[in-house]
Amino acid sequence: MTFTADEMMTVAAARTLRDGAACFVGIGLPSTAANLARRTHAPDLVLIYESGTIGTKPDRLPLSIGDGVLAETADSVVSVPEIFNYWLQPGRIDFGFLGGAQLDRFGNINSTVIGDYDDPKVRLPGAGGAPEIAANCKEVLVVMRQSTRSFVEQVDFVSSVGYGSGKGDREKHGLRGSGPRKVITDLGVLEPDPETCELTLTALSPGVEAEQVRAATGWDLKVAGSPAVEEPPTETELTVLRELKATIEKGTA
Amino acid sequence: MARILSLSEAVAELVGDGDVVALEGFTHLIPVAAGHEIIRQGRKDLTLCRMTPDIVYDQLIGAGCARKLVFSWGGNPGVGSLHRFRDAVQHSWPVPLEIEEHSHAGMANRYAAGASGLPFAVLRGYLGTDLPEHTESIKTVECPFTGERLVAVPALNPDVGIVHAQQADREGNVQMWGITGVQKETVLASTRSLVTVEEVVDELTPRPGAVVLPKWVVNAVAEVPGGSRPSYAQDYYERDNSYYQEWDPIARDRESFEQWLRTEVFEQAERSAR
Repeated sequence: MTFTADEMMTVAAARTLRDGAACFVGIGLPSTAANLARRTHAPDLVLIYESGTIGTKPDRLPLSIGDGVLAETADSVVSVPEIFNYWLQPGRIDFGFLGGAQLDRFGNINSTVIGDYDDPKVRLPGAGGAPEIAANCKEVLVVMRQSTRSFVEQVDFVSSVGYGSGKGDREKHGLRGSGPRKVITDLGVLEPDPETCELTLTALSPGVEAEQVRAATGWDLKVAGSPAVEEPPTETELTVLRELKATIEKGTA
Repeated sequence: MARILSLSEAVAELVGDGDVVALEGFTHLIPVAAGHEIIRQGRKDLTLCRMTPDIVYDQLIGAGCARKLVFSWGGNPGVGSLHRFRDAVQHSWPVPLEIEEHSHAGMANRYAAGASGLPFAVLRGYLGTDLPEHTESIKTVECPFTGERLVAVPALNPDVGIVHAQQADREGNVQMWGITGVQKETVLASTRSLVTVEEVVDELTPRPGAVVLPKWVVNAVAEVPGGSRPSYAQDYYERDNSYYQEWDPIARDRESFEQWLRTEVFEQAERSAR
């Protein structure tokens, strides 16, 4: 089956989630990927949304973080202070999923403003749950479409911390989670260099060249010795993904 | 002690110009009709608090009711940006809007501290982000037991807390269920409170996991069926997802927004049932 770059990205993100893990899910691409994982290789993946739904098993993709289907199919629904204080803060959640408008070479994310904070060119929605998801989940996965506009040398505003200004910065700030382990894009996968924490290209989407990815990156992107090539989506992955996407289109009609 | 009032009476009595007002509801049970009544009564200079300012805050801001916004995520969920909010921040239209920006965890803890009668809350958050540099109400404290550096945020105690629930009884006891967000904390943190409900019933049937607000912590209850549309009320009606998409073009343009204000708010009667 033929597939799009976006489908490859969503499938690659879903494959990263191991069965039985607890995953703090944001709306949009992360939610699609997490629900795909639960319907394919990870039936016991625990989905947690910041609206307070724990262990939710939606039969369709939610359009918002607090859709009724999330509450109706959850193991438990708790208050918003509880979800952040008892569940996220102690570090009991394995994966946090983030996206944003800008990302820099150390995986810091901006979802607040483009331009100056007090006189912004574009005012974005803001950080929401991201600062504490980035700080407290055991691992963070980032899913974002890659371009020089979004993958920048330096973000205009740090809404959530990746590796700050480099190795050791997370520890300095007292952040207990390990930070972004993978940045999954429509072109490939970036991972932090073990020595410097700088994001490095480690895998390519099928048919994509490393030079293409470098050209879509706003900093001088380093490439791992011989980047792997991602396995194309299987027929099952694609079928399930398209069924899921159809549920959201139906929901918004 | 709660009194059952019409929505217009309740807003007239409880919400004054210059007040700090929180309308809460996390996607579910958003008190939209109460927001429209605040616009209709022409309230000004409000400090509006809300974790997730969405359409109803876009409307309040565009109508010029707010001087300041205290928030953690301001967007149209699943659709994009809030254009009236953007216009106010970027171009001071129709009036300048000061912002006090937090994270969700910070806002939730601020309400919890307010409800608990504490001056501040402590959390692991914000550190390493640019938020503390721009928001004065984010500081650090040292744990007196371990010496660890943690973040402190001040209690949020609104003058008025407004939430929507499924039911109240005739005495004004309130029950809500499903996703209940930060509404209990909001009501308990606020000096005065208004709860709009889908219906007033003779007797509340206990439900597992429900939040009950006893009549003695609520000032006013207004029966407003459909009062959280286009948001949803579990077991009453679903979220009107298409409305959120239709809002985008209305809010993009000042004229179409003002037209909307005239026909959908000012020319409408208040929405309570009795």
